[in-house]
Amino acid sequence: MARSTGKDAHALFHALRSAYPATPTNLKIIDLYVGFSVFTALTQVAYMAIVGFPFNSFLSGVLSCIGTAILALLRIQVNKENKEFKDLAAERAFVDFVLCNLVLHLVIMNFLG
Amino acid sequence: MVVGNAESMKSDLLSSLSIRWIKLKTKQQEVLIRVSILCLVYILAFISRLFSVLRYESMIHEFDPYFNYRTTLFLTQKGFYEFWNWFDSESWYPLGRIIGGTLYPGLMVTAALLYWSLRFLRFAVHIREVCVLTAPFFASNTTLVAYFFGKEIWDSGAGLVAAALIAICPGYISRSVAGSYDNEGVAIFALLLTFYLFVRAVNTGSLAWALASAFGYFYMVSAWGGYVFIINLIPLYVLVLLLTGRYSMRLYVAYNSMYVLGMLLAMQIRFVGFQHVQSGEHMAAMGVFFLMQVFYLLDWVKHLLSDTKLFQAFLRVTVTCAVGVGVIALGVGTASGYISPWTGRFYSLLDPTYAKDHIPIIASVSEHQPTAWSSFMFDFHILLFLFPAGLYFCFKRLSDATIFIVMYGLTSMYFAGVMVRLILVATPAVCLISAIAVSATIKNLTYLLRTKRKVSQTGSTEGINGAKASSKALLDRSQPFQKNSAIALLFGAFYLLSKYATHCNWVTSEAYSSPSIVLAARGAHGDRVIFDDYREAYFWLRQNTPQDAKVMSWWDYGYQITAMGNRTVIVDNNTWNNTHIATVGRAMSSYEDEAYEIMRSLDVDYVLVVFGGVTGYSSDDINKFLWMVRIGGGVFPVIKEPHYLVNGEYRVDKGASPKMLNCLMYKLSYYRFGELMTEYGKPPGYDRARGVEIGNKDVKLEYLEEAFTTSNWIVRIYKVKPPNNRW
Repeated sequence: MARSTGKDAHALFHALRSAYPATPTNLKIIDLYVGFSVFTALTQVAYMAIVGFPFNSFLSGVLSCIGTAILALLRIQVNKENKEFKDLAAERAFVDFVLCNLVLHLVIMNFLG
Repeated sequence: MVVGNAESMKSDLLSSLSIRWIKLKTKQQEVLIRVSILCLVYILAFISRLFSVLRYESMIHEFDPYFNYRTTLFLTQKGFYEFWNWFDSESWYPLGRIIGGTLYPGLMVTAALLYWSLRFLRFAVHIREVCVLTAPFFASNTTLVAYFFGKEIWDSGAGLVAAALIAICPGYISRSVAGSYDNEGVAIFALLLTFYLFVRAVNTGSLAWALASAFGYFYMVSAWGGYVFIINLIPLYVLVLLLTGRYSMRLYVAYNSMYVLGMLLAMQIRFVGFQHVQSGEHMAAMGVFFLMQVFYLLDWVKHLLSDTKLFQAFLRVTVTCAVGVGVIALGVGTASGYISPWTGRFYSLLDPTYAKDHIPIIASVSEHQPTAWSSFMFDFHILLFLFPAGLYFCFKRLSDATIFIVMYGLTSMYFAGVMVRLILVATPAVCLISAIAVSATIKNLTYLLRTKRKVSQTGSTEGINGAKASSKALLDRSQPFQKNSAIALLFGAFYLLSKYATHCNWVTSEAYSSPSIVLAARGAHGDRVIFDDYREAYFWLRQNTPQDAKVMSWWDYGYQITAMGNRTVIVDNNTWNNTHIATVGRAMSSYEDEAYEIMRSLDVDYVLVVFGGVTGYSSDDINKFLWMVRIGGGVFPVIKEPHYLVNGEYRVDKGASPKMLNCLMYKLSYYRFGELMTEYGKPPGYDRARGVEIGNKDVKLEYLEEAFTTSNWIVRIYKVKPPNNRW
C-alpha cells in the first residue's frame, strides 16, 4: 500500500511538473504574484507567533495577503481556457480587479490602527 | 412567444379600440407597465405604514427605538467622531455604558445621512421626523430590491408580484411602521440586498457584483445582529451547491471575494470586532472557504493531468488530508477556547429549551417565544399555502438561484417557528417563493387563454409550426371547458390576492400601528380615549427632578426614561449586565427595609413603577413581577420564587403569600389603591388588570414617599427619602 502510494506520488509529481510549463506566460506571472503574497502571509504568521502583538494589525496584514492572493481570481477570469468566462473582456476583468484591490487596501489601512 | 402574443394583442387593440396615442412599440409598452407598477408599489409600501402617524402623531414607538433616537440625536448634534467614541454615564449607573463600541451604527448613520442631505437641500426637517419615516422609506426600497431579486430568480413577472406582496406583507410591516425606528427596518433591506447581489454574483461570476455584495454585507453587519444569519446561510448554500455537483468558477469567484472583503469590512464595526475569526458562529464560513480552496486545487490538478487514475489517487490523498486538517483545527480551536462557543442568543435558536433553563433574561422577552400557528396565519395569510406551491415550481426549474431561494425559505421558516421575532426574516423568502407560484400559475392560465384567442382568429396568427398545430388540435377538442376553467381560475386567483390585500390592510391598521407608548381604548359611549400617561410621567421627571437624579425602574423603561425624561437610569433595555438587573430585581422583590439598603447603595433618588390596575392595562410591572423574581433569584439565591406563589399560583388577593403582600413592588403599585373605586359594583381596591380585589389594602411606606402618579395611575413615581438625621 505504502509503496504503491509512493509510486503514485512520484508519478503525480512528474505529471504535474510536465504539464505546468504548458500554461501561458501571463498566467505564470499571476501565479508568481500569488505565490509571493502567500509567502508574505506565512512570514507574518510566523512573526506573530514569535512576537505576538496587536491582533488587528496582524489580521489586516494576513488578510491583505490572502486578499491579494484571492484576487488572483483575475487569473481565472483571464484564462482563455475557462468556458464560462469567454465573453468577459479582459479589460473589464482587470478593472474589477483594480476596484476590489482598492477597496481591500482602503479597509486594511483603516484596520491597521 | 410572449412578443408574438403581444403583437397580435396590439393589432387587436389598435384595430378594435383605435386609440391612436398608444402607438408605442411593444417593448416600450411593457416597460411602461412595469415601471408604473413599481412606482405604485413603492408608494403603496410607504403609505400603508403611516396609520399611526395619522391617528396619533409623528412619534417614536415602543422601547428600543427611543435609544436609537437618542443616539441619532447625539450623532447629528455632536458629529461622527464624538458618536463613535461615546461613553454614556447616564445609563447603567454607576457603571456607564460604552455606546460607541456596543451598538450597531447602521441605522443611526443612515438616518443622520438622510437628515443631512435633506438639510443640504434646505428642507428644514426635525431629526425626529426623519427617524419616524426612515423605516417606511426603506420598506419601499426593499420592494425594489425584491423586484430585482425576483427577476434574477425567475422572471420579471415574478419580480413584480414579489414587490407587491412584500409591500404589504404584515410580517414585515410589524417591524417597519412609521415610528418603529428600529434596526430591523433597515436590516431587512440590507439582508435582501446582500442576498440579491450575491446571487447575481454567482450567476454572472463577475468580481464587481461580488464586491457589491460584500458592501451589502457590510451594511447589514452595521445594521443588525442578525447578520449571523447571512454569514451562515451563504456558506451553507455554497456547501449545498458543492455537494450537488454545481461547483463552478463563478461560484469560486463570488464566494471568495465576498467572504474576504465582507469579513474585513465587517470587522470595522467595533461591536463585531474580531468575531469573524474567533467566534463559533462564524466558523462555518471559514470552513467553507477552505473547502473551496481544496475544490479549486482539485479542479486545477484535474485540468493539468491527463491521467485519470493518477488523479483518483491524488483525490483520495487530498480529501483525507483536508478533512483531517480541518477537524484537527476545529477541535484544537474549540478545546483551547480560542474559538468561543455559540452565544446564548443564537444557541437558543438551535436548542429552544436552553434559554428557559439557563438565561432567564432571554426567555422573558415576549418576542423570543416560539411561534403559534395563529401568528403564522396572521402574518402571512395566503402566502402560507403559496409557499409550498412556490417550492414545487422552484424544484421544477433548478438553477443556482432557485436553490438559494429554496434554502433561504426553508431555513428562515425553521427559525421563524422557533422565535416569533424571526418571522420578519422569513418574510422576504416567503414573499419571493409565493410570487414564483403566483406568477407561474397566472402565466400558465393566461397562456391557455391567449392560445384560445389566437386559435379563434385564424387571420392574424403567425408562425404556426407542427407542434403548435398538434397542440391546437388538442385544444380544439377540449376548447370550451379549458377556456372557462382558465377564466374561473384567474378570477379565483384575483379574489385570493384581493383578500390578501384586505387582510394585510386590516392587520396593519388594527394590530401593528399602536405606538405602545400611547394607549387607546374605547370609552363607554364608543368615543376614543387616549392614555398618554407614559409621556406625562417622563416629562414630569424631566421638569420636576434635579438634573443628576437617578431613577430605578425595571429595564423595559430605561431607554424611554433616558430619552424623554433625560435622567440617569440604573438599568435599561440593553441588558448587558445581568447582575445589575438582578440587583434591581432583588430590590423590587424584597421587603421595604432591605430594598432601602440596596437603593441607598445604588444612589437611587426615584423609583418608577408601571401599574395597570385602574385602567386594566395588562403589561404592567405586577404582571412582569415573576420575571423580576426569577432574574433576581438567578444571581441572589436569597430570592426564591416559591415564596411569592401560593400552591404554584401567582395571586395578589387575600390568599397571596405574605412575602408577596409586603414586597416593595406590591407596596409601590398598590399604595393608596385600597381606597379607590375602580369599577361600578366592585369593592374599592379592585384590580382591573388581574380581576381580583387586592389583599393588602393598607399599604404604609416608611422609606419612600409618593412623588407623582399619572392621571390614570399607569405610571407611579416615588421619591427615596434620605436617611434620618442621627443624633
